[in-house]
Amino acid sequence: MNMLQVSVWRGAASGGYRAYDVPREESQSVLDVVTYIQRSIDPTLAYRFACRVGMCGACAMTVNGVARWTCRTHVAKVAKGNAIQIAPLANLPVVKDLVTDMREFFDKWARARGQFAPRSTRKDDFARVASGSPERVAANAGIECIGCAVCYASCDVVSWNPDYLGPAALNRAWTLVNDVRDGARGERLAAVAGDAGCHACHTHLSCSERCPKNITPTASIAGLKRAVALAAWKGEL
Amino acid sequence: MKNDYRARNHPAWWAFLVHRLSGLALSIFLPFHFWALGQALQGEARLNTLLRWTEQPLVKFAETMLVLLLAAHLTGGLRLLALEFLPWRGWQKSLLGWAAGAALAAGLAFLLNLV
Amino acid sequence: MSGAGQGYAARPVAVSGTSAKTETWLWIAQRASAALLALCVLVHLVTIIYAVRHGLSGAAILERTQGNAAGLAFYSLFVLAIAVHAPIGLRTLCQEWLGWRTASLNWCITVLALALFVFGLRAGWAVFAGPA
Repeated sequence: MNMLQVSVWRGAASGGYRAYDVPREESQSVLDVVTYIQRSIDPTLAYRFACRVGMCGACAMTVNGVARWTCRTHVAKVAKGNAIQIAPLANLPVVKDLVTDMREFFDKWARARGQFAPRSTRKDDFARVASGSPERVAANAGIECIGCAVCYASCDVVSWNPDYLGPAALNRAWTLVNDVRDGARGERLAAVAGDAGCHACHTHLSCSERCPKNITPTASIAGLKRAVALAAWKGEL
Repeated sequence: MKNDYRARNHPAWWAFLVHRLSGLALSIFLPFHFWALGQALQGEARLNTLLRWTEQPLVKFAETMLVLLLAAHLTGGLRLLALEFLPWRGWQKSLLGWAAGAALAAGLAFLLNLV
Repeated sequence: MSGAGQGYAARPVAVSGTSAKTETWLWIAQRASAALLALCVLVHLVTIIYAVRHGLSGAAILERTQGNAAGLAFYSLFVLAIAVHAPIGLRTLCQEWLGWRTASLNWCITVLALALFVFGLRAGWAVFAGPA
């Protein structure tokens, strides 16, 4: 039988790679490989997944050095010969094996004021937002994020400045800046300004290169850069 | 865990590295450049002594590299301004090719005029 | 207003103690000087490539530059843009690659900016105005 040589990170911050032989199947995803190891070889392997169809964002890992959603990554696409190396996402603390602690990632969404702050109450009429309006188009471009942290794990600015809010949180903030129903624009622009905010982005484009949903967080961050700079210029920051 | 070169191996990341290293090299060169021009305060003869020193092949090579780095920092910087200030479009990916091409052309033009 | 994020500080404070407003202005200064430099460097590159055609000599350089007031004005603007642009870039590099994030960095960068400005102007004066 054709076998895959799979090297999997075991341990937490300290640990090492362990080798497993996994039967090669047709249309096999990287998540299938990890699941096979856990069910048939070593039940102590920890990893995380939920939907298996690219909706929930739970199964992201580092595959041959690159952050990917494993449920929709075909082995055929990423294997080097018959070898695959699987590690937990970078830039996040490792809980065990392939499971990372996502708290800091999601805390930063909150710190970037990623919550919608309605301007009206339930007593008001529905807001009417034209689907072709520039704000709606800008929000649409970033709204499909599934929170998988592939961008965050791929971002070098996060590695170099651990306070940096990161592509996903800033992308979220940009969609809300463009939400005409939102009433917290000023606070949000203040929250994404500064040393750890949008202007720290170096346009490496790693986030946009790796996003499995083909979102371009770099473009969202550029929008924030301009909006924050304009606010500072007007003395509103 | 930390990323290694495999996570960074894509054109825009290499463009960043060129931009940062060329900026660093140019910043280190600047004080020497200003010092050399300042020699003109001591008259034309002093300036000529310095210019004769630059005729050595190794110095000429270094000069060509500096021109190349300056051109690369210029075109790479224009690309960054376009990415940050113009609305996002697919064509911006090809900017990288234009930036690299223009920088190489400037370096080549200098070299051809030099020798 | 919103519920989930109420407990969080508005933003993490920059480690070097620089305010968000200052960081934003540094970014604006960096981009504005970049736009100015784009023009200056283009002129500079064309001049270099043109000037080295027949080899450089002190006489040839000074003949073009001496008493050239427009040249001095252009060069001074060039130096100003450099003195703004290079230190801000080096500051980011020091923060990210050296982990130097204390207030001392801001002082060193300010001194560097002033030094570049003064020595740059001196160099311009030397070439365009001639021996004192």
